[in-house]
Amino acid sequence: MLSVRDVSIRHSELFALRHVELEIHEGEIVSIIGPNGSGKSTLLKTMARLLSPLEGAIILEGRLLDLWGQKELAQTLAMLPQTPHHGLDMTVRELVEFGRNPHKRWLQTLDHEDERVIDWALDVTNLKEMENRFLPSLSGGERQRAWIAMAIAQRPKILLLDEPTTHLDIVHQLEVMELVHQLNKEWGVTVVMVLHDVNQAAQYSDRLIAMKQGTIVYDGPPQQVMCRQMFEEVFGVDVRIVYDDNQPFFFPRAKTFAVVRSVQRYTPTTG
Amino acid sequence: MDGHTTIELQKPRRHPYYRRRVATAVILTIAVFIVSIYSIVTGSVKLSLPQVWEGLMREGSSSVRTIVWDLRLPRIIVGMIVGMCLAVSGTIMQGVMKNPLADPGIIGVSSGAALMAVIITILLPKYIVVLPIAAFVGGFATAMLVYALSWQGGGSAPGRIILVGVAINAVVGATMSAIMLLYSDRVQAVLPWMAGVIGGATMEQAKMLLIYGIPALVLSLFAIKPVRLLQLGDDVAKLLGHRVERSRFFLIIISALLTGIAVSVSGLIGFIGLVIPHVVRMIVGQDERFVLPLSALAGGAFLVLADTFARSWFDPVELPVGLLLSFLGGPFFLYILYKRGGLGAFRS
Ligand SMILES: Nc1ncnc2c1ncn2[C@@H]1O[C@H](COP(=O)(O)OP(=O)(O)O)[C@@H](O)[C@H]1O
Ligand SMILES: [Mg+2]
Repeated sequence: MLSVRDVSIRHSELFALRHVELEIHEGEIVSIIGPNGSGKSTLLKTMARLLSPLEGAIILEGRLLDLWGQKELAQTLAMLPQTPHHGLDMTVRELVEFGRNPHKRWLQTLDHEDERVIDWALDVTNLKEMENRFLPSLSGGERQRAWIAMAIAQRPKILLLDEPTTHLDIVHQLEVMELVHQLNKEWGVTVVMVLHDVNQAAQYSDRLIAMKQGTIVYDGPPQQVMCRQMFEEVFGVDVRIVYDDNQPFFFPRAKTFAVVRSVQRYTPTTG
Repeated sequence: MDGHTTIELQKPRRHPYYRRRVATAVILTIAVFIVSIYSIVTGSVKLSLPQVWEGLMREGSSSVRTIVWDLRLPRIIVGMIVGMCLAVSGTIMQGVMKNPLADPGIIGVSSGAALMAVIITILLPKYIVVLPIAAFVGGFATAMLVYALSWQGGGSAPGRIILVGVAINAVVGATMSAIMLLYSDRVQAVLPWMAGVIGGATMEQAKMLLIYGIPALVLSLFAIKPVRLLQLGDDVAKLLGHRVERSRFFLIIISALLTGIAVSVSGLIGFIGLVIPHVVRMIVGQDERFVLPLSALAGGAFLVLADTFARSWFDPVELPVGLLLSFLGGPFFLYILYKRGGLGAFRS
């Protein structure tokens, strides 16, 4: 559905995406992992046409990305940037209303159908109860869900999420991941996201992409990509991989365990 | 939550600011009328309402008719439209630049217009009749220059526009000072313009403003949607299918147009463009669908009121209204800032 063909982008002397090849299939959940500065956001932005490649081509649904009209593209592809503006003095519903913009012509106002989609987006993201709350008054997780609600109000076929769970506590992280899962399974949205938590990425994705210094170094199902060698090569850490019900998990090795043991010794004995 | 399901929390379907937005709209509309009436009866000759009515309606040449038609009405019209233009222009600029301190001056409109005014009044006094047009052209051209110079890599980031604006304003300001110093004997003529006056407003000027100002104000209604979208950030606006650079250009044009129109007639009236949208935003929240039209009403009413004070308080001396505005408005704004304890809609 979306293919990245031999794309290169140069930010500066220090960093460039180099000859990236990537194929996203319809109905997939794909997670991109890799250390900070490896070019994950750059790749995602390029796929959303926020950056234009120096070389190579991106093809969305059989058509060159450059040939898509601005609104047409926004009806098919939505993206949640890494750091959307968080100080906006508007209500959740007002933010989600913006998601209908791609479907509206100049000066056309929201109609009944739009309201229905907005209600649906608020419903799916569990925000119906707080639709009239102001964004600054929300918790980080709620605000993140509001931005996702805006993106899905576009009714995109493909959704790009840049670090949707960073800065959230575990409960809210799981909430967002469950939401992504639901959007994919129930509503057939194809998802490409950048995640920092590799275990979570493996658990919720059909495919993992590992990036390092502007290139894709691993691409495959989680069971394949999650191996000691990958962690060694991409993140430079030594890990242990364990399987739980065909689901790979990693633990960092070495010094960390010494710390855990010393904490245990100080656990007060009660009773 | 705890079993009291019979007590259903009433979920407000309306926007939480709905009531205060409606109330503000009603109050400001009334204020526009009250201020106009107050302004028409006030002055060195006090008029009663029936007198005003008679002056407005009856043909012939009574002194009341002259006061109403030739002196006070033009000033009210000019003040109202200039105030509206400045306030709307400020609203748009603050939205485009995403900066509460942005006013129309930041893109060089005011300094460009002022330079032209200085050149005309001091160097080419023969052409004084074209001062409004020259000021408009100077302001508009400077704004376009700032926009063009801030273009880089397919776009012009707000931060860059502000910096380029600072540089251009400095150069233009220095040129102006140099001219004023070199011809210090003729500076007197341009001083009132620099302080902002609508004192000599004639019916001709009022008509001209009605012809140019009203369409520009109507045009500014089309700025509401782009300004709201740009607030989400360039990337998000693009992702929503909006042509960011194109609408930023349109917004700067319309803002320069509004300020150019205002400045060409009234000279440099500061404060309104900066403060009125800000105060309105504090009251009705950050939503240009309300901030923009309500700022227009507030700006118009405020300028007419200030102008009435400027000509009646110090009678027979008349203070430039721009001066009075800054004098009263500064402390007023400080009061609001302290009372609210923050930068309102722009807290981050
Ligand atoms: N607009 C830009 N101009 C110059 N360098 C950039 C720009 N955006 C990102 N970079 C650089 O490109 C590299 C990759 O950035 P990014 O794609 O954001 O990485 P990631 O999302 O994987 O952390 C970083 O070194 C960053 O400093
Ligand atoms: Mg990133």
